[in-house]
Amino acid sequence: MNATVTAPPVPTPPTANVSDRLRRRASRHIKERVIEALLFGAALVSVFTTAAIVYILVKESWIFFEAVPLSRFLFDTQWTPLFDDAHYGIMVLLSGTITSSAVALLVAIPLGTIIAIYLSEFAPFKVREIAKPFLELLGDVPTIVYGYFALVFLTPLLQKIYPDLPGFNLLSAGLVMGVMIIPYVASLSEDAMRAVPMALREGSYAMGATRLQTALRVVMPAAASGIGAAYILGISRAVGETMIVAVAAGMQPSLNFNPAEPGATITSYIVQVALGDLPHGSIGYQTIFAAGLTLMLMTLLFNLLGLWLRKRYREVY
Amino acid sequence: MSNETTPNIEPAADLAIKAECRNFGFHYGDFQALQNINMPVYDKQVTALIGPSGCGKSTLLRSFNRMHDLYPGNRYQGEIIMHPDNTNLLAKEVDPIEVRMRISMVFQKPNPFPKSVFENVAYSLRVRGMTNKTELEDRVQHSLKAAALWDEVKHRLNDLGANLSGGQQQRLCIARALAADPEIILFDEPTSALDPIATASIEELITELKEKVTILIVTHNMQQAARISDFTAYMYIGELVEFGVTDQVFVKPQKKQTEDYITGRFG
Repeated sequence: MNATVTAPPVPTPPTANVSDRLRRRASRHIKERVIEALLFGAALVSVFTTAAIVYILVKESWIFFEAVPLSRFLFDTQWTPLFDDAHYGIMVLLSGTITSSAVALLVAIPLGTIIAIYLSEFAPFKVREIAKPFLELLGDVPTIVYGYFALVFLTPLLQKIYPDLPGFNLLSAGLVMGVMIIPYVASLSEDAMRAVPMALREGSYAMGATRLQTALRVVMPAAASGIGAAYILGISRAVGETMIVAVAAGMQPSLNFNPAEPGATITSYIVQVALGDLPHGSIGYQTIFAAGLTLMLMTLLFNLLGLWLRKRYREVY
Repeated sequence: MSNETTPNIEPAADLAIKAECRNFGFHYGDFQALQNINMPVYDKQVTALIGPSGCGKSTLLRSFNRMHDLYPGNRYQGEIIMHPDNTNLLAKEVDPIEVRMRISMVFQKPNPFPKSVFENVAYSLRVRGMTNKTELEDRVQHSLKAAALWDEVKHRLNDLGANLSGGQQQRLCIARALAADPEIILFDEPTSALDPIATASIEELITELKEKVTILIVTHNMQQAARISDFTAYMYIGELVEFGVTDQVFVKPQKKQTEDYITGRFG
């Protein structure tokens, strides 16, 4: 058994000869490279735009914060950048944003969730196929139309119940905004719930659960991260919504959380100033960048929260 | 034709019948999936449903707890009588939820709920309105013990069910099915997604469970049917070809077709 194993023949080293049929062709190679560069460039547009927006916001806000200390921006209780006695308390605008968003979300989250549960778990196939496009149409109505709807229809209606309600108020703006957001919350939540595998539902039904028990105790927890993401998107939409509040809420900055008052939100203030005749470069004009930065930080915060939620309550089916 | 498919011997004279199919048939829309099924399910015995893919064995199994009601366009014909109620489970006046409270089910792929181990088992009790904490704890522990899972999970009752291994998940699903004291448990190929060791533990468990509960199991695995079942039904294209005591069906099948399937010549 003396092993005289011979080593396998070493492959001959590659020769410099490459047959013409296999040779790398410069024409093809360059074409590929050009296409790749074009595609990369297209992808870069969005990255560049985002970076440019952040750059401008930070740079212009910097000018503002050189004139107005951050503590005054955060803790002042008045917002009067256009007056001689100028105050720059962002809390005033934030209170309008928070109030109108809260009203909107109080409408959109419960209704959106209920609609999602109905469409995903209860509605017969045909009803769902008809109802869902109609629902999504609600989100396609231009927001300016919603704004006038709030101003000329909803506010007079509310005034019949509550005569002291001012003509411009955060309540009707918020309510209509809520209606606008319903489709986002409902549609995304429904997608998340429908993505829950049938096997989980069958497991629940097989234990003797009713439809409602199955929907609330099995399907919703299983879809928690998707539903959470839908809520976060709804919040982002509410915080960033501009036209409805600009038209229906009155653009009068005041620090209070009463929806039955007129108010200005961060967004409606930006519209007001951007369309106004303030000279570029004045501190009053710079305020819109500080306000814009605040808004962007808020939506960023919500997006991070959404990301965290998605990780925390990752689907585990 | 199914009138011929009477049990091929009668050792079952002293066994009680828990449920029986009488001229049972089933349609998925226009497609006739099952017809002329006449078959008893004996009390506290294991009955295996075997047959090639598409023969309707899972469809038959899922008729017992009215799972087909969840989807539109399904129709039952004939009767599935449950004893001692002597009631046709398919009757319009019968509430499928009440049926499922007494006939539980374990699925092919373990499907724990997105909840803790404890809550998975407590689920079938909670949907019945049980809220007493001590009672829930007792019943959950009892079910987990009966499913031979307690020792492995007693320190991780708050872990997500999905974090258990595949075999443990399936035993969790069995514990869940056991928690509300069902009279029949339906197993739909419960080991087809499991490794051989997990399969052995589930088979052992099924053998133990028949002391307390009637078991109906669909399996693709002929050896499994031979090992764990007392009665075997062989089905082919929506019809019951042969039903009998497992030993008889496997050793001396009456129909050529059954023999061909069992010996692997076909199917």
